[in-house]
Amino acid sequence: MRFYEYESKALFARHGLPLSKSGLAHSREDARRIAAEIAGPVVLKSQVLSGGRMKAGAVKFADTPDEAAAHYDAIVPIVVSGQKCRAVLVEEKSQVQQEYYAGVTWDGRRKLPVVIFSDMGGIDIEQVAERHPDHVSKTHASTLLPPMPYLAKEAAAKTGVSGADLTRLAPIVSRLIEIFFRYDLTLAEINPLAKLEDGRFVVLDGHVDLEGDARPKHEKLLAELGIRPEETRQARPPTDFEVRGAQVDAGDHRGVAGNVVEFDGNLGLVIGAGGGSLTLFDAVRKHGGRPANYCEIGGNPSVKKACALTKLVLSKPGVEKLAVMMNVVSNTRVDIVARGVVKGCIESGRDPAKTIAIFRIPGSWEQEGFKILKKYGVEYCDRTVSMYEAAGRAVMKMKA
Amino acid sequence: MPGMFIDVLVDPKAASDAALVKKLVEVCPVNIFAAQEGGGLRIVEENLDECVLCDLCVQAAPPGAVRVIKRYES
Repeated sequence: MRFYEYESKALFARHGLPLSKSGLAHSREDARRIAAEIAGPVVLKSQVLSGGRMKAGAVKFADTPDEAAAHYDAIVPIVVSGQKCRAVLVEEKSQVQQEYYAGVTWDGRRKLPVVIFSDMGGIDIEQVAERHPDHVSKTHASTLLPPMPYLAKEAAAKTGVSGADLTRLAPIVSRLIEIFFRYDLTLAEINPLAKLEDGRFVVLDGHVDLEGDARPKHEKLLAELGIRPEETRQARPPTDFEVRGAQVDAGDHRGVAGNVVEFDGNLGLVIGAGGGSLTLFDAVRKHGGRPANYCEIGGNPSVKKACALTKLVLSKPGVEKLAVMMNVVSNTRVDIVARGVVKGCIESGRDPAKTIAIFRIPGSWEQEGFKILKKYGVEYCDRTVSMYEAAGRAVMKMKA
Repeated sequence: MPGMFIDVLVDPKAASDAALVKKLVEVCPVNIFAAQEGGGLRIVEENLDECVLCDLCVQAAPPGAVRVIKRYES
């Protein structure tokens, strides 16, 4: 769950991270008043849950309170990556000498938290990592031991930071690591972390993502930051397709057939099983396939539910075929899912044999499921075919 | 009308047995059976394909009175 910049900074402020003077404006009068209080040049930043604000013109600089008020009016209507402006952060403009990047997130491969630091902040960290790998350090933290202050120092020192700069930077990065662990975050990021002309360091922009499942644990914090329980804080508003996916899931208590995310490809996916969705989605892309959607099925959905999800995916314009794939299932019945997807194809006016590129769900009641698939001429495979291989077969059929 | 995958056939004599009807309604986990107003058994067609092949209905009825047909085997 994403935090707005002003919320991230409010969290940082609680832990003593250095911030510029700022205030949140909900009107042009607010913007004028805050700029007057700061009594110097300011930057006005639209509060949206996405990047790309500068390019969209949603960040502007003002030298006077009147200019700040005018910029407020210009910024508010700007929609950035589908996100409407919630408010405008009016912040003291800093005289920056150098920009750094500091972030803490999870390394999915190592299954450990990782502290990422760069002395080339301000721009996309992925690009820096690609073009200037010597300017980016990655330092893994332990999930068993409490975060140690040396981690921060090590992360910064690896990029060549030394002396007084290292002494000043290390406590900031160290606090960021503490915040990451304390609040069950999936990302805590400062970019840019600026070195000012007077040698001080200040957080110019921050980004925090809270693990969705940790929301109940941090109810108090969320309430104090003004985040209401009903705010889902997705990266963008759900599409109509995604809303209908949620309705499919909510319409029947049996199992899961939802968490639908829309993409622009031509291969519809009915996938799932304990992380299987992510693996399979990645496998399809790795083979050069273009998924039309992401979704999650599991927990033994009813035939009606699997059918409804299939129909929804097939209703998406441009979907040519369907790949039905899961990891080995124990609490989902293969035959029930098989009935659902075959029925979904037929009720959509499509031939299951031509529509289902591959059915790879091994596990409980698979023989019964395979009988159904055989009857309808659907290509299926058992656990001797890996998820990766099954995804490859589906993609190959799309290319044929 | 049968389901796309499953059909359930109940002997007419068994279907008119009030005690058996009650039992069938009770045992089916996916509500394929319903008691008809004024007595008798009604097959809920929209639920036929939800049959989990548990056989509870077959076991609850006298031998041969309830048959679950897997239409994909024919």
